[in-house]
Amino acid sequence: MESQSSSSSQTTWFTYFVAFLRKCIFMVLSRGPIPSHIAFIMDGNRRFSKKNKLMEGAGHRVGFSALMSMLRYCYEFRVKYVTIFAFSIDNFNRRPEEVQSVMDLMLEKIEGLTKQESLVNQYGVKVRFVGNLQLLSRPVRLAAERAMVATADNSKAVLTICVAYTSTDEILHSVQESCEEKKEELSALEATGSGPYGLLGPNSNDKEHKECFINSKDIEKHMYVTPDPDIIVRTSGETRLSNFLLWQSSSTLLYSPLVLWPEIQFWHLVWAVIDFQRNYLYLMGKLKQQ
Amino acid sequence: MLLYRSVQFPSLQISILSSIFPSILTMLSLFAHLSLTPSSRPDNPTHNPKLHSNPTHLRKDPILTRQQNEFDLAGKNYSGAGASPEEERSSIPDGLRRELMPEHVAVIMDGNRRWARMRGLPSGSGYEAGIRAFRVLVELCCKWGIRVLTVFAFSSDNWVRPKMEVDFLMNLFEKGIKAELDNFMREDIKVSIIGDPSKLPTSLQRLIARVEKNTKHNTGLHLVVAVNYSGKYDIVQACQSIAQKVKDGLIEPEEINESSIEQELETNCAEYPYPDLLIRTSGELRVSNFFLWQLAYTELFFSKSHWPDFGEADFVEALVSFQQRQRRYGGYK
Repeated sequence: MESQSSSSSQTTWFTYFVAFLRKCIFMVLSRGPIPSHIAFIMDGNRRFSKKNKLMEGAGHRVGFSALMSMLRYCYEFRVKYVTIFAFSIDNFNRRPEEVQSVMDLMLEKIEGLTKQESLVNQYGVKVRFVGNLQLLSRPVRLAAERAMVATADNSKAVLTICVAYTSTDEILHSVQESCEEKKEELSALEATGSGPYGLLGPNSNDKEHKECFINSKDIEKHMYVTPDPDIIVRTSGETRLSNFLLWQSSSTLLYSPLVLWPEIQFWHLVWAVIDFQRNYLYLMGKLKQQ
Repeated sequence: MLLYRSVQFPSLQISILSSIFPSILTMLSLFAHLSLTPSSRPDNPTHNPKLHSNPTHLRKDPILTRQQNEFDLAGKNYSGAGASPEEERSSIPDGLRRELMPEHVAVIMDGNRRWARMRGLPSGSGYEAGIRAFRVLVELCCKWGIRVLTVFAFSSDNWVRPKMEVDFLMNLFEKGIKAELDNFMREDIKVSIIGDPSKLPTSLQRLIARVEKNTKHNTGLHLVVAVNYSGKYDIVQACQSIAQKVKDGLIEPEEINESSIEQELETNCAEYPYPDLLIRTSGELRVSNFFLWQLAYTELFFSKSHWPDFGEADFVEALVSFQQRQRRYGGYK
């Protein structure tokens, strides 16, 4: 009993000491710009399971713990927006048992998010689930909606969880919304007698008409994920976007550490931020040019 | 007693070591990082005084000399003299497998100006050296059976550059295309230009129309040159076309799907519209509004070389990296 309590006190001081070290590192990094939005592609869970000869699905569970740690570090760094790629529409093509196992894990963990003592409430994080949520099973969809309602009043940070998501689906959704909006605007104008020339003038040609009809700002207005991320971290060494944030990633730093997602550590995040800071001045110069 | 405690709680000791040691290493690295200034980036000429201090030495740059000897603006043919197309296509370097070659390679030719600055040369020399590297790449793609090569010549974001530089580039495109027209026909290269042509000089627009018309029936490498192009522009123009169809009542908004957008993208002109491999030179780790939609499953390769230095060895390195990757498209391994 005595040895157990001294062990737990050692664990406690050790935890405080490591947290103190992280704070010191954050103070050093804060001398430069801190990214306001980091996105994660959590790749490598299945390879982690295979590598460590674990049961199927165990890699995703360890990956969830890694995610919680990474979120804690991001919020300690005062990163306001974090986006994670939890489940792609393409992932539905995997074996049904694997898909079900991931869905069960998501349901379990989403419900954990709404608890008072959870990390999201501790750091005042608003949780958003984005994607084609109609593709999810009803229990998962309802749990996601409950989590969004439960954290709606949190305002210190935003966690966007992309589930049943692909970027091309997001752009498509945005285009459809934009077309509907423009169609309604035109119908309203026609109803008042102005007609489409109310927008353009009677001598407009087809090209001008097209330009007035829809533009990049209209599309951006309806995107699920905003603002654009400063860094996209993809683990396991793969250097591709896999249909994640294609529109939003045009000026984003892509960071691809070799580590598998369940093995990601604090210093990988530190290196991503350092890389961001080293490129920041150059990127700001380029953005000013644009 | 301490030894007993170490033996009794080995996992705690291991946790301490595995957490503290990397944290200390990280802090030391941070201090090293803070001692670096932004000017230590490789593209800043002050970083390497040896390069900056002796411009005369730089003008005898062996790479420039080699490239100048191999190609000139009159243009040598891409396959090399004497070899049949089949013999050339069979000459794939060791380490590469023919069946794993990408069908479509896209290249962001970045770093021309930095290359010139590092050598104390004007930007124009960087672009001219870049043209030579471009010819090397086209030759290699023809030899190795790559079906589509897309190069980003000018982004719609580049209009903000100084007018003199933009005019120089437009002039260079025009001269380059005119010089290569015979080669394109000889090598059976089909040329397509994507991007918004309306802001380009009229003479360049006419030349583009001519070269596209003349090479339209060629069946070899499909060379796609992106001029005044950006990924967002392509998606927006595709959406405008779709919106026009909606307005004309040809399609309902709920009928729009991903295929509708794909069919309207300008890259639809190619047999393989989506790149398998995107190469960006000069070490920048971003896509900078070049292809967006088309990059959904593209393997990205970032080369540290500046574009004028990107040669066969760098291209082989990119292809080797591509061939080692496992492309799962989100599904099974």
